[in-house]
Amino acid sequence: MTLVNKVLLKISTAFVSIIGSSILVFSIIYLLPGDPVLSMIDPSVATPEMVANLRKELGLNQPFYIQFSEYFMNVLQGDFGQSVVNSEPVLPKIVEHFPATLALTITSAVLSVVIGVTFGVLSAIYRNKWIDIIARIIGLFGISMPTFWSGILLILIFSVYLNWLPSIGSDGWKTLVLPSLSLGLVGAGFIIRMVRNSMLDVINEQFIVTLRAKGLSERVVMYRHALRNALIPAITIIGLNIGELLAGTVVIETVFSRQGIGRIVADAIMAKDLPVIQGVVFFSAIVYVVINLLVDLSYSFIDPRVRRAH
Amino acid sequence: MEKLLDIQHLKVDFTMKDGDLTAIKDVSLHINIGETVCIVGESGSGKSVTSKAIMRLIDYENGKISAGSIVLDGMDLAQLSQKKLRSICGKKVAMIFQEPMAAFDPVFTIGSQIIETILENKQFTKLQAKERALYLLNRVGISDPALRLNQYPNELSGGMLQRAMIAMALACGPDLLIADEPTTALDVTIQAQILKLLQEIKEEFGMSILLITHDMGVAAQMADRIIVMYAGRIVEYATVSQMFELPHHPYTRGLLQSITTIDSDRSKKLYSINGSIPGLADLPPGCQFHPRCPFATERCSMELPPLREVNDRYTACWYAEDLVESFDWKQPSGETKNDRHSIKEIVLSDSKRGSEPLFTIQQLSKFYPIGKKSPFSRNSSYLRAVENVTFTIEKGETFGLVGESGSGKSTLGRVLLQLEKPTSGKVFFQGQDLSKLDAKELREKRRNMQMIYQDPYGSVNPRWKVGDIIGEPLQVHDSLSAKDKHDRVQDLLEVVGLNKSSFNLYPHEFSGGQRQRIAIARAIALNPQFILADEAVSALDVSVQAQIVNLLQDLQRERDLTYLFIAHGLNIVRHVSDRIGVMYLGQMVEMAPSETLFLHPAHHYTKGLIDSIPIADPARTRERISLKGEIPSPANPPAGCRFHTRCPAATARCREEQPIFREIHTGHWVACHDPL
Repeated sequence: MTLVNKVLLKISTAFVSIIGSSILVFSIIYLLPGDPVLSMIDPSVATPEMVANLRKELGLNQPFYIQFSEYFMNVLQGDFGQSVVNSEPVLPKIVEHFPATLALTITSAVLSVVIGVTFGVLSAIYRNKWIDIIARIIGLFGISMPTFWSGILLILIFSVYLNWLPSIGSDGWKTLVLPSLSLGLVGAGFIIRMVRNSMLDVINEQFIVTLRAKGLSERVVMYRHALRNALIPAITIIGLNIGELLAGTVVIETVFSRQGIGRIVADAIMAKDLPVIQGVVFFSAIVYVVINLLVDLSYSFIDPRVRRAH
Repeated sequence: MEKLLDIQHLKVDFTMKDGDLTAIKDVSLHINIGETVCIVGESGSGKSVTSKAIMRLIDYENGKISAGSIVLDGMDLAQLSQKKLRSICGKKVAMIFQEPMAAFDPVFTIGSQIIETILENKQFTKLQAKERALYLLNRVGISDPALRLNQYPNELSGGMLQRAMIAMALACGPDLLIADEPTTALDVTIQAQILKLLQEIKEEFGMSILLITHDMGVAAQMADRIIVMYAGRIVEYATVSQMFELPHHPYTRGLLQSITTIDSDRSKKLYSINGSIPGLADLPPGCQFHPRCPFATERCSMELPPLREVNDRYTACWYAEDLVESFDWKQPSGETKNDRHSIKEIVLSDSKRGSEPLFTIQQLSKFYPIGKKSPFSRNSSYLRAVENVTFTIEKGETFGLVGESGSGKSTLGRVLLQLEKPTSGKVFFQGQDLSKLDAKELREKRRNMQMIYQDPYGSVNPRWKVGDIIGEPLQVHDSLSAKDKHDRVQDLLEVVGLNKSSFNLYPHEFSGGQRQRIAIARAIALNPQFILADEAVSALDVSVQAQIVNLLQDLQRERDLTYLFIAHGLNIVRHVSDRIGVMYLGQMVEMAPSETLFLHPAHHYTKGLIDSIPIADPARTRERISLKGEIPSPANPPAGCRFHTRCPAATARCREEQPIFREIHTGHWVACHDPL
């Protein structure tokens, strides 16, 4: 299979995943218990005709497949519907708030990769030394601390006691530090463990012995050769982790009162604003698929075996 | 002669969780300039540790040199810091390894890894280094070196990679090349090529070679002097001719007699050393070989014999002088002579056997689709693993199957047992077409067809007790009660030569040879008629290999078994097989009775294979016409006769017309236009 064919195949499967996730998202919302119409109007004043009219107006009296295909066609035209709370169209709202979430996701992704890979590698090279113990403690904390708790802890230390950084808001880099740290720690925990294990596996490979027998310095052996091999399995985890980060923003944006799509969806859930929930979830699914597509393609550039496999 | 390397009283310890473990002790040896020294020994003998200790590669494996010295050029490598050692490693001393596939970093090109080594020697520029890499690749016989420079390790064959490995070792013009089992993972034809290359470059670059091997044939062919190691100590140290003419240590003698040679008497049982190599943690007191030694006395079990000079060589045996004088030293022990008699009878009874086919294979093919993984790629192609193979396996015989890796012999075996469905053709077992059976009938048939695998470590479940492993087929097919099963398993354990009390042990508590016995017990549990032994003895040490082969032959006699014996070790196949089929690129190119095939091979490929076998006798050097090149890809086999690209006698006809598999004498089939 040529590289072009491979990329085409990956892109088409990504497209199938997006269609699949749209069906899934729509079905989940459709199957949710409770009548969306009844939740939109005050039942004490609503007459059965009003309910029926509204149902008709929203197209909710149609069978499932018609509702879905209408929704899907609208989505293709960029129309994600409108909020039932304030009638604002959903897409512009997502587009307006997405940059704040994107900034948070990217910074926490970068943080988790930098912390994760650095400590993962060091802890494998200096196995059972003090740096390994520190790295494993960071890993343990990252994995086991819930973000809302670590977020509050960070606010307490850096905003309340030390007064170095703002505790809330979504403008300026300073407001980004604590939320990304809190969110990034989770990913860092997973990456430390993953990188450490795969580094240890690689260090035991025969070719490492060859490299040492060639008289290369330990630095070259570890950072030029071992690390590059160890990163191949780690990249999968990093890709999945970015999806986790996206999901994590729902909690973090609430804790730090940031105006991102995580916050929007949290508010929409409280208000039972179905079109907004649907829109944000579907939008996130697309972002997730695209990120994993990029991760998949990046393999080819790191691992020559994937690049040139026929 | 001037000494290049001088090792004195070397002791290496490995730090384990519960204290130190001594891997080698009191090892003294030297290598002269321009000399090849071989260390031979079985697994656990300490030969690899010795080779790794020279460049202190053991430092990275929790090992340490706790006594002794390794002097090279007046420097004691045992005392140098790792930093100073770097000016020796790869420059004055270079090393090549057993698994060429695993010895290269998979994510860098061959070129960049060779150039990286050359650049360690500071006087080269990048451009010069690239030129030198090209020169070296060319020198070691790699075709199209400019292309290879930019290829990744997975794109080259094992033989090519070993050549590239040698090129990389030559990068800085070393004085000493350490080769740790450099040909063990390769086919016999490629082995012959690599050994020849090593000899050539040794002369050309004026190097000395320290060759680690378990193969006495390789040692006989390559070495000036041979060192035999056992359980971490040197037991004998002599020139190659001394060693093969009259070994002085009972272990060396046993090793030499365990070898199946190309002209050994097939009706004779293989000589084998009793027992197995002790683990380093529980070495016997006194002479470490005494529990396995037929000549051991009380003194041997109490006092460790030192390595001392006897008849111009060194040996570590109390009775060396007396033993070599004794009349039966050069003869195998008396026990074997009796066996010889009984096996003669079997050979006779063999010929009485009516030729009733157990397996009939008709025009069998197995293709694997490749390339059509994406709906966007247009053409699909096939890997022709087995193509149009027709033969029979007679009841009670051992049919041997040989050929280089990639010849399709394992695939053929798996298709016979219906572990894979054939693409076309038929397999009849006891006259029944196996492909016509439904799942239930096939399962019922399977009790008659069992398999023994190559890797005794991977083929048994490590979390199961031995008794349960052997008893599983009984449970599946016969649904025996727990007590009956237990009794049957104990009987089976005894049959394969294991202790009855092994029932409740786990596989890791056994050595490789013992595990293979477990696998055999499992295979014979249901009293099958047919056993496929796919490289069943290839992973075992020489002395253990002989034990297992003898066991298989005893079982065949007692239980009237039929074997399909697949192996790349030609001598072993010759010894066990009644008839042998030779495969090349998915086709059977020759089939004949064992003796006929080896004495009068008709196909040029068969002759090439036989000529590639190293002879364990330094006095007999034959003019080798070893095969050129490597086996082509079965995805794209050559037109005409598939062997024509490597055949010394290929004509224009061979390039165009595929030869028919025909009978040239009774029972001797060959697919060649101009057979030998």
